[in-house]
Amino acid sequence: MPKPIAPPAVDRVYTLNLGPQHPSTHGVLRVLLDLDGEFIVKADPVLGYGHRGHEKMGENRTYKQFMPNTSRMDYLSGLLFNHGFALAVEKFAGIDVPLRAKYIRTICAELNRISSHLLWFGTYVMDLGGFTPFLYAFDDRENILDILDRVTGSRLTYSYCRFGGVCQDVDETFLEMTKTFIDRLRSRFSDYHNLVTKNIIFIHRTRNVGVIHPEQARQFGVTGPNLRACGIPFDVRKMEPYELYDQFDFEIPTGTNGDALDRYNVRLEEMEQSCRIIEQALARMPKGGGYLNRSVSSRLTPPKGEVYFAFESARGLTAYYLVSDGSPHPYRCHIRVPSFSNLHVLVDVLRGTMVADAISILGSIDVVIPEIDR
Amino acid sequence: MGSFMASEWFRLIVGLVIVLAFSQLNALFLVWLERKVAGHIQLRIGPKEVGPFGLLQTIADGIKLVGKELITPRSADNKLFPVAPVLVFMPVLVGFLVLPFAPHLIIRDMNVGVLLIFAFSAFTVLAILAGGWSSNNKYALLGAIRSVAQNVAYEIPLLLAVLSVVLMVNSLQFSEIVKAQGRVWFVFVQPVAALIYLICATAETNRAPFDIPEAESELVAGFHTEFSGMRFGLFFLAEYTNMFIVSAVATSLFFGGWQGPFGFDLGIPGIVWFLAKTYVLIFVIMWVRWTFPRLRFDQLMNLSWKFMIPLSLANLIVTAIVLKLI
Repeated sequence: MPKPIAPPAVDRVYTLNLGPQHPSTHGVLRVLLDLDGEFIVKADPVLGYGHRGHEKMGENRTYKQFMPNTSRMDYLSGLLFNHGFALAVEKFAGIDVPLRAKYIRTICAELNRISSHLLWFGTYVMDLGGFTPFLYAFDDRENILDILDRVTGSRLTYSYCRFGGVCQDVDETFLEMTKTFIDRLRSRFSDYHNLVTKNIIFIHRTRNVGVIHPEQARQFGVTGPNLRACGIPFDVRKMEPYELYDQFDFEIPTGTNGDALDRYNVRLEEMEQSCRIIEQALARMPKGGGYLNRSVSSRLTPPKGEVYFAFESARGLTAYYLVSDGSPHPYRCHIRVPSFSNLHVLVDVLRGTMVADAISILGSIDVVIPEIDR
Repeated sequence: MGSFMASEWFRLIVGLVIVLAFSQLNALFLVWLERKVAGHIQLRIGPKEVGPFGLLQTIADGIKLVGKELITPRSADNKLFPVAPVLVFMPVLVGFLVLPFAPHLIIRDMNVGVLLIFAFSAFTVLAILAGGWSSNNKYALLGAIRSVAQNVAYEIPLLLAVLSVVLMVNSLQFSEIVKAQGRVWFVFVQPVAALIYLICATAETNRAPFDIPEAESELVAGFHTEFSGMRFGLFFLAEYTNMFIVSAVATSLFFGGWQGPFGFDLGIPGIVWFLAKTYVLIFVIMWVRWTFPRLRFDQLMNLSWKFMIPLSLANLIVTAIVLKLI
């Protein structure tokens, strides 16, 4: 654990209220920082500003009606949340999905993962004071939004998946656009590396900053790129493969130190791995076979019992836990979100760092506050 | 009346009017330029709606700022708070008095010109401290503290770099220093000093990657968080005017001032040479800002105390020895 450079004297400590309206808290997060000069003695994240009661909403509407809610929790990876919910209910009610639909879902989900990582890349460098990479990342991300907009009709809150498939088939233009985008993104990676990864100031701001130890990560339940940066190759797509992920050839990038630089490298490499998955999916996708299992009733009644389904969102292990009492409404709808656990490791990691590092670490952990507050 | 027209007083008054007009117009132009440069670096086009090429955008923004209410926080220091923005702008204006725009276009060609300009630019930090302290806001205070530490740390290598030029010319007078570069600009004789000067000047003006006193992603807006309307506008204008001053000083000290390269002036008037070089330097400073992320506070201090100061001291000693030997 990083030790404070100067041992803090208690009487010199003052409190800085970082947020809820602050340029770098990415939404409405409030962190109470006890500071000694610029050194952090204690950090206390305060949550709940974006609470909308999504879990409760899940209980008083049907399974199908809850689908739009799922993309509004983690609004940056809305399609991944749709996908996870569809998979959870399909597992619960035993619904078959056409093969083509599975491929479409995988492609869209991975596109969404890339868009989420691109946005993180841009905002993280902006947190460190570099404004320009942000607009480059958004320029690339705009392409994904255009692609997904064509098939889902929405740019952020997709609600694209249905139980038994997707709501709309994709066309040749979509496939062409996706291929073009993958090539374009690959050519842009070298720009990113020249502008950011090799930048001496960037390296100094991130190396050995906000080190999360593997043991610490286990205790706090940290998942996703943050965990992989510690050197633990845990990815739900590999560990408990769902959909078609066991058929694709891709790697789990890992780091060694668990610092902000490793988290950065892991996310950038993950974009490349997502590109590989999309390419394989595009090559293997069957031409026909339907995109939706039409036999699914819109007032779905899964059998009495419970289901737990975990998937990998852009931020880590996300899971739906649904309990049914045999009615069209879930009796209980709980969502395990990765940002909640990832955020709370801050309490340990921030101790002894400086305010500027707090921003860097908070950014590198990549939290989406509405996902925590639900 | 005739004697008044020829007097020093007349020269001073006309000079002040010109300085005030020029510094304001220049700041407005620089804000526009910054937005255009940033735009083109970032795959955007920058302002383009107000006036030709968006040139009037900053004037529109200025009018908006003037029209805004001047809010004073309830717990702010009533005396210091309104004074701080004025304080920050004053020393910057004084700098214009000794800048050598052209052989005969110097308002006061003092024999301590270099000293005067740096003495007054050191004054800016006081205004920033006053602004940050009087706001009674933790972010503003943190920004002010950072600013003081940073300015103290970077003024030393800055002055040491300037000193090596002064040693070569044996004068603190701008016109003398510029004339001494008739054949060879000092940037070729003193490349280390020039580099140190440019880095420290960027830090002195609180520009990225050294903009930690107002690091918007950490301290919201740093020392001017609580200032609104034209009070904020003055801080803003002072930053850009300061940028012009440090670039103009760099032009005079290292890039031959009003003279063309290697004694060729190509028939271009001195003022054009001077302004062209200054704006190129300003462009470089802007370019750096939109390319690099921000340093952390302690890294910034280390860079100055552990690297820049020893290097500039060594440079000064080498200069002194070489001059003694010649």
